Amino acid sequence: MLAELCDLRGVSGNEENVRKYLLEKLVGTAVETRVDTMGNLLVSKGKSKNGTIMLSAHMDEVGLMIMAVEKNGFLKFSPVGGIDGRILPGKRVRIGTAGIDGVIGVKPVHLQKKDEQKKPFDEESLCIDAGFKNSDEAKQYISVGDYAAFDSFCTEIGDGYYRGKAFDDRTGCLILLRLLMENNGLAFNAAFTVQEEVGTRGAAVAAYTIEPNVALVVEATAASDTPETDEEAAGTNLGKGPAISIMDRTIMVSRKLREELAEVAEKASLPYQYRHFTGAGTEGGVIASSRGGVDTAILAVPCRYIHSPYSVMKESDLNATLGLVRAWLEQRQ
Amino acid sequence: MAIRDTLKKLTEAYGPSGEEENVRSMIRDMLNDQVDQIFEDNLGNLFAIRKGQKLKVMVSAHMDEIGVIVTHIDENGFLRIAPVGGISPRLLIGQRLRFNNELIGTVYHEKLKELKELDWPKIYLDIGADDLETAKKLVKIGDLACLDQPFKEQREGRYLAKAMDDRAGCAILVEVINRLPAELPHEVCFVFSVQEELGLRGAKTAAYRYEPDFGLAVDVTTVGDTPKAATMEVSLGKGPAIKVKDNSVLCHPLIRRFMVDVAEKNKIPFQYEVLTRGGTDAGAIHLSREGVPSGALSIPCRYVHTASEIVDKSDLDYAVLLLEKMLLSSWPQMEEINLR
Repeated sequence: MLAELCDLRGVSGNEENVRKYLLEKLVGTAVETRVDTMGNLLVSKGKSKNGTIMLSAHMDEVGLMIMAVEKNGFLKFSPVGGIDGRILPGKRVRIGTAGIDGVIGVKPVHLQKKDEQKKPFDEESLCIDAGFKNSDEAKQYISVGDYAAFDSFCTEIGDGYYRGKAFDDRTGCLILLRLLMENNGLAFNAAFTVQEEVGTRGAAVAAYTIEPNVALVVEATAASDTPETDEEAAGTNLGKGPAISIMDRTIMVSRKLREELAEVAEKASLPYQYRHFTGAGTEGGVIASSRGGVDTAILAVPCRYIHSPYSVMKESDLNATLGLVRAWLEQRQ
Repeated sequence: MAIRDTLKKLTEAYGPSGEEENVRSMIRDMLNDQVDQIFEDNLGNLFAIRKGQKLKVMVSAHMDEIGVIVTHIDENGFLRIAPVGGISPRLLIGQRLRFNNELIGTVYHEKLKELKELDWPKIYLDIGADDLETAKKLVKIGDLACLDQPFKEQREGRYLAKAMDDRAGCAILVEVINRLPAELPHEVCFVFSVQEELGLRGAKTAAYRYEPDFGLAVDVTTVGDTPKAATMEVSLGKGPAIKVKDNSVLCHPLIRRFMVDVAEKNKIPFQYEVLTRGGTDAGAIHLSREGVPSGALSIPCRYVHTASEIVDKSDLDYAVLLLEKMLLSSWPQMEEINLR
């Protein structure tokens, strides 16, 4: 299911494929589903006696949007969400609902001048080449505003590691989906949200609708436990379990709630770690400040090379995160 | 309690954003019987309500101060830290920081080639632990620390302390609550808000909950009266400032005019504040629900967001007087505009 979810194309604002997939999987389960105006999928499994619990995970992924068709059939694009422009050259993309194949081309090394070789490619100069002979042909297949998503697929590498795109945040979606599908008798509300990568927009609306008493955001977060990074700058580490956030750009996590998560993990003998950085944003902020304020925490699966066509994450972290969310829900019933 | 003593107590308290409980309980104790209703919300905002006639006025001052948060502990017991609110790493070198458990640490930096390399990843906090195990007994990842500096009276009427931003505002609210008579023209909700330094977060949910007709923030503002300072028409000791705008709010002209009228009628000196950066609780209040006409009363303050913020007693006294007189007056009512 991880591979199926991650391989779907769902760049921010265009989450339909993911939503459809989730809705299909939920057919026959005893849940109430609705899709709001923005496209958030809200699923209710009732209210616990301690009030409404909201779990959220975002369906969208980072990607590109076609901004112009050039005279010779090349396609100009803009990033949707936070993408490091330096990683784009040479990457495969699929464009539009039809999934037309393209590649982000660059001038070959043979033709570059000496000083050009020393600099990363200027993002402005990059184009998608989808094999069109001219703009007229391109325009038959492509409209301005079409999305392009990374063309990569999820595979297992090594023993228990996965490589693929969109782990951020289909891993969260998978965890919520599993909790909805299994016969666990847990009462909670799941929000599969839209447009997180362009400013946590869906979650703001979803939290307003659900009006929760407590919320947990299930995310994927950056790990940099790689050779070029000092230990203290790693952020999170693969294999050490779900990362509990203490603070990010959008939220100061409720201490009570994050200590509760750590206690639940210890009681259930599940590994956990703290997210050792305070930058970047999550849906936590807009949920915490919804209406009169909501106690909110964030739990995340550590991911290397996040926001690229190939992230790497570890199955044991995914399972431990699922286990911790479930154990926390049980305690909260 | 004289405002100096309130200010000393409040500025020396520990209360970085998200951990305002010490300040909150201190203020609760100071108010005890002075208000009709007192309660806290989910995020930790403290609401103190004085009943009155007609409309509802929300007056907000934030309890939180800037600080740092522990992100990593290394094998030799040194801590890595990240900012909580707008705090510069350069101002921390050699400073003492205090945790909620009274533990003191000091900040220094790794070897640097040039001073401009000095940034968060290059600095660390030394808490006197020699190894990871000892350090872990003293602090946890996610613990917060505030600046550690005592309150000082530099000379008569010149106060120097950390966290004037915005304990000065809190002290003014406490003082005004103590001075208000039993009968008020409007109901007033004094909100001691949380997490202002992280983006006006407490005031947002507080305004949603209280649903005020008018909003007013009481906060410090920067000044332009120091050597070669950036242009800013506010000086220390020339009276409280009536905010025109900052980066979070354009104060409602009706409220601004009302503040000026009350000041002039009572011969209270004041200055206009036009701030090109920064924000205050009014920024969140005025956008709550369908919009709330809001203004802000600012205390001129030098060296905001450092360990040594300076305010002048006369500015505080006049701010108390102006706020008191405002709450005894009728607030200007908007005429419903009907476009049909």
